[in-house]
Amino acid sequence: MQFFFEVLIGGLLSGVMYSLVALGFVLIYKASGVFNFAQGSLVFFAALTFVGLMEHGLPFGLALLVTLLAMILLGLLIEKFVLRPLVNQPQISLFMATIGLSFLIEGLAQLLWGANVRGLDIGIQDEPLAWIADPTGINVSKFDLAAAGIAAVLVVMLALFFSRTRIGRALRAVADDHQAALAVGIPLQQIWAIVWAVAGFVALVAGLLWGARNGVQFALTFVALKALPVLILGGFDSVPGAIVGGLIIGSTEKLAEVYLGPYVGGGIEGWFPYVLALIFLLVRPEGLFGEKIIRRI
Amino acid sequence: MTAVRAIGDSVLRLDGVSLAFGGVKALNDISLDVREHEIRAIIGPNGAGKSSLLNVINGVYHPQQGTITFRGKPRHDMDTHETAALGIARTFQNIALFRGMSVLDNIMTGRNLKMKATVLEQAIWFGRARREELENRAKVEEVIDFLEIQHIRKTPVGRLPYGLQKRVELARALAAEPSLLLLDEPMAGMNVEEKQDMCRFVLDVNEQYGTTVVLIEHDMGVVMDISDRVVVLDYGRKIGDGTPDEVRNSKTVIDAYLGVPH
Amino acid sequence: MLYREAGQFKSTYAADSAILPIRQDRIGLALILIVAFVVVPLTASPYLFSALLIPCLILSLAALGLNLLTGYAGQLSLGTAAFMAVGAFMSYNFILRIPGIPLLLAFAGGGITAAAVGILFGLPSLRIRGFYLAVATLAAQFFILWCLTKVGWFTNYNPSGVITAQPMVILGYAFDTPQEKYLLVLLIVTVMALAAKNMVRGNIGRQWMAIRDMDVAAEVIGIRPMRAKLLAFAVSSFYCGVAGALFAYAYLGTVEPEAYNLDLSFRILFMIIIGGVGTVLGAFLGSAFIVVLPIALSVSVAFLNNSLHLNIPSSVGSNLELMVFGGLIIFFLIVEPHGLARIWQITKEKLRLWPFPY
Repeated sequence: MQFFFEVLIGGLLSGVMYSLVALGFVLIYKASGVFNFAQGSLVFFAALTFVGLMEHGLPFGLALLVTLLAMILLGLLIEKFVLRPLVNQPQISLFMATIGLSFLIEGLAQLLWGANVRGLDIGIQDEPLAWIADPTGINVSKFDLAAAGIAAVLVVMLALFFSRTRIGRALRAVADDHQAALAVGIPLQQIWAIVWAVAGFVALVAGLLWGARNGVQFALTFVALKALPVLILGGFDSVPGAIVGGLIIGSTEKLAEVYLGPYVGGGIEGWFPYVLALIFLLVRPEGLFGEKIIRRI
Repeated sequence: MTAVRAIGDSVLRLDGVSLAFGGVKALNDISLDVREHEIRAIIGPNGAGKSSLLNVINGVYHPQQGTITFRGKPRHDMDTHETAALGIARTFQNIALFRGMSVLDNIMTGRNLKMKATVLEQAIWFGRARREELENRAKVEEVIDFLEIQHIRKTPVGRLPYGLQKRVELARALAAEPSLLLLDEPMAGMNVEEKQDMCRFVLDVNEQYGTTVVLIEHDMGVVMDISDRVVVLDYGRKIGDGTPDEVRNSKTVIDAYLGVPH
Repeated sequence: MLYREAGQFKSTYAADSAILPIRQDRIGLALILIVAFVVVPLTASPYLFSALLIPCLILSLAALGLNLLTGYAGQLSLGTAAFMAVGAFMSYNFILRIPGIPLLLAFAGGGITAAAVGILFGLPSLRIRGFYLAVATLAAQFFILWCLTKVGWFTNYNPSGVITAQPMVILGYAFDTPQEKYLLVLLIVTVMALAAKNMVRGNIGRQWMAIRDMDVAAEVIGIRPMRAKLLAFAVSSFYCGVAGALFAYAYLGTVEPEAYNLDLSFRILFMIIIGGVGTVLGAFLGSAFIVVLPIALSVSVAFLNNSLHLNIPSSVGSNLELMVFGGLIIFFLIVEPHGLARIWQITKEKLRLWPFPY
């Protein structure tokens, strides 16, 4: 029973990590209607840049700041050179452009910093918390809990930003209809620049946490692919949905691997979230929290 | 206007049809009939439920209450491709052409129910698929001649002006050789000349092929001129049903929609 | 001046609906076929066959399959490589377990099994569209590959997981030199490309394009979306399955799951984007581009190393490759979303007027 809880909690917490990546997706989708396949590579780029800077001797705080600036700059460049020329193209073209973008960013990251696996230390150790472990015997990692806390803070901030601020409303308008937003005078380019910068920041947080947990390596981009089932469950345009979806995917993935895996030779983690998402889509195409799509003819 | 062909018996009947979307009642207890070979107009203010009425006849929406009978057989739960197979064709208010294809290809899709060759036969091409393709091409060319769009047959439809796109959509509907043609505002956005052309086409279709026509239209001149009978809708209810003259003089209709000349 | 239609009038519908209505096009194609079937086998080096021509042709076939599904029918798929893998593994098993089965029949069997799997994973497309469907096809990609790795029957319980492909033999004649493999692949690809062209200009092609452009309207004129979509998945997967079998037998020489990973799926998607979504020609142009590009890049890096006495590591080449791929995708989507095929078409239109500017 203890073991079950350990696996469950471990899964939930790793789900939080997925949620962080998914948050970046949701941000950009909510604000520009673009499904940013390159979010994973942004996470990778952020982590790699941070580690690379540290290796070159920069102290933690400075490396963090420079990486943040780099992410913002990257976001601005993406907005100017990729999104702006593709305004009003069908969504599928934008999606494919972000696939191309992901390859571009991955290649660039590795070109700049090399492809070796590196460890990342952000000061929080991956060891069980004594005050939980001693009475119950369940090991909950300090690190995972801290990650969950950071994610929670981010989510609350973002949710408030979208629903309460004027910029948030403008972002939602842009996501609905670019042309209409332009027509009412919303400064599209500025909005997108802001959004991509924020998404870059979220990617940085996600990159640091993931990198610290698993090491900074190319496989990080595959982890980001896992964010897709999270989005399907939670809906592409819902911030709370990204969290709930992440938790569900993280926990079911681990539980399936541990309890079902031995019967079928293991390795279920690779496809289980996708198949789960697929089954879910058949029942509820717009996700748990997403908006129902209504088409008028 | 008297029809050249004698108007036959009722070919389409709606009895007590009601359609609701969530809390909004689009159609409320509609009963009407359409007779063979006639031109039936549906008029009413915006939001009255005219397009919903066509959608219900067509099978796009399924009414929660009431029955629809086509040629004596009840069919209120059919899907659109089944109604198409029964001989009901339709045009849309916002043009529903396939933008990636040329005019000719768009109209050829209208013939798809007549083309029976399997995929394998089509892959081989020579034999049944080729024969069918050429036969149907000949039929489609007849429709193209009829609607006078020969000069644009290879143009991608996205490049055509609005009026011509509407004509191509009509061609696609006609290519299916329908017995019942549903037209949703076929003359919207057209100037006087284009409207006259469209009216001529609708009348020709009715006279030459005997197609029964149900059309939604806002232009009262057109409605009064070409239709045999008129249905008036308002807020999802039927408030008038009869010949153009009867409807024009009905007080309810005048209050709700037509108004009086100042 | 040279490339004109003037004077070429069509007096029958049959002539008008030919694949290549313009005489100059027909001559051009005849020349290409002569070069492909006669000149190349006599003059090309084994390296050219093995490293360039054969993979280019095989991947064109897979790209053609994907183009039918994504370009014509509008169903986005990221699982192309998985369907190729099904074709490869099932062909292997057919040849292994049915002694004496003709080679082409085994390949066709692989294709048909891939088609069946394609229909299965295509069922969600009836409810899901757009990038949701893309994620569903990712499920296919990961699950199928896992299956082929874990379930021992597919690999004949081989402990290493890497199977050597059986030699290709038709009626006692073995196709083992690069030249012979090239001719066999060329023949299969040509026939299937012709079949694809016939399909897209016929009724099913129009049905697919109708579904892609506006599936509600398509249903109103009598097209059954379910049937058309599943057919698209089936035909597309058949093409990918045959391509997968050829990939194993005529190119790699081994049948292994790792060769059909997500990276290959993306590559094939890039091929159709760059080559031209929704065209038959685009599959070939895109494939040529994507196959030649890495070789061109590594040759350039080696050249720079030699001539400028630099020491650029090869990893730079592979990272540059990623960047160039990604950058080109974005470039094409911005500048010419219809890809190289459209650029070719525009070139032809300009040729029509040459030497006049307009």
